[in-house]
Amino acid sequence: MTATREGAIRVGDATDTPAEKRGMTLNLRIWRQNGPSAKGKMVTYKVADISPDMSFLEMLDVLNEQLIQAGDDPVAFDHDCREGICGMCGVMINGMAHGPQQTTTCQLHMRSFKDGDTIDIEPWRATAFPVIKDLAVDRRAFDRIIQAGGYISVPTGTAPEAHSVPVPKKDADSAFDAATCIGCGACVAACPNASSMLFTAAKVTHLGLLPQGQPERNDRVVNMVAQQDREGFGGCTNIGECSASCPKGISMETISRLNHDLLGALRAGARPKS
Amino acid sequence: MLVVTVTDSAQRRTPKAAKTSSVFKKVVMAVSGIILVLYLIAHMIGNLKAFTGRESFNHYSEWIRTIGEPAVPAQTTLWIIRVVLLAAVVAHIWAAVTLWRQAKRARPQGYVTKKAVAQSYASRTMRWGGVIIFFFVIYHILDLTVGAVNPDGTGSTPYDRLVAGFSNPFVTAFYVIALLLLGMHLRHGIWSATQTLGQSNRRREVTVNAFAIVFASLLTLGFLLVPFSVLFGLID
Repeated sequence: MTATREGAIRVGDATDTPAEKRGMTLNLRIWRQNGPSAKGKMVTYKVADISPDMSFLEMLDVLNEQLIQAGDDPVAFDHDCREGICGMCGVMINGMAHGPQQTTTCQLHMRSFKDGDTIDIEPWRATAFPVIKDLAVDRRAFDRIIQAGGYISVPTGTAPEAHSVPVPKKDADSAFDAATCIGCGACVAACPNASSMLFTAAKVTHLGLLPQGQPERNDRVVNMVAQQDREGFGGCTNIGECSASCPKGISMETISRLNHDLLGALRAGARPKS
Repeated sequence: MLVVTVTDSAQRRTPKAAKTSSVFKKVVMAVSGIILVLYLIAHMIGNLKAFTGRESFNHYSEWIRTIGEPAVPAQTTLWIIRVVLLAAVVAHIWAAVTLWRQAKRARPQGYVTKKAVAQSYASRTMRWGGVIIFFFVIYHILDLTVGAVNPDGTGSTPYDRLVAGFSNPFVTAFYVIALLLLGMHLRHGIWSATQTLGQSNRRREVTVNAFAIVFASLLTLGFLLVPFSVLFGLID
């Protein structure tokens, strides 16, 4: 048992690796909070022998293994695919959503850091994203925004012939750009107002540009905007932190498009369901 | 088969949420901001009349008070402008304060470490800058319109108040700070209003931002010309 574990951790060990190839030693300052209503605080940990090829989450795995071995409580953090496509992972790293690279936390690699660095790790901070434990937050507010209108109502059955509904290439491309949103919540986390505007705008843009999205276009935008206000997100002031922090690079254009759609919908008489 | 579509009129009535949605507030902010910017353009051009001399400047001030006479009583046009401006200012501040409070509620606990990735200095100073501009406007009206805090007092002509006020370097310094803040407020405000009114897109983004920077710089420069000219004795 001990031998296997040591063997596993020996990657980059001092005994069989030249000094310059030895892993990094890092100081981690991590937000620890026992539960939703518990008081949290930053706790400092040290991890050694971190390979620059490790992902950020693998580095946290190393820390947790260390904590478990010492009989401590491991740090809770969300993750799933670890391929940058599910949107599950996401923490504030040194004050930046998903850290210094414009990608997801799982796709951030330790080569972005230097030996001896101190790294601050905090959960997304927003009233609408309450902390569950440590770095894990409840992002179901996003699901409720989707439920308010981020869908199209079509009869189920055999998939229709794709060519029967033509979509201009330009629209298809713009819709797809918006559809790449993975709902990770970095936009909310980075926004000085904790606004979910970029997320909602990506969904409104994605469906509003396609023929299938037209019948519910007006109701969609008013209901989704009403829901994001209800969830307790802040208002958008067009600062641009969201787009710059988005791992998928969703453009600020989507926000303008949402506003345009909303004004049109209100003029057309669409009102949010109460 | 008969298909009947029923529109429930009760459901179609405007619920309160629609009127107070964050985006609605932003639209109020954008539209009132545009009204105020249009006024600022006229105000800046009017100020430059100071270079045409005492007579001409005082006559211009008198003209503003007599527009439309004798069809309408004296100062009618002036008061219409004042009421519209006041309404715009009240709407602008209402939207700003409620959105500011909403943002505070949206993140009661801040980050231990937070780095700005994209925000401009202009966008960061919108709120406190706005508060300072508000107090500046009150001082400015008491100084040059009413004359209550002007060295030459209430009984003087507009040109006298202008020269007397800006001859004091501290007063000029306060005006310069407020005008620079105003310039930054407009730099972000023009871009933000374009977004809020749904008129921006990826292609226009660069143009809108470039226009905002050039417009805000020109307007600020135009406003700064007069106080600096008084301070350096070009106008006396």
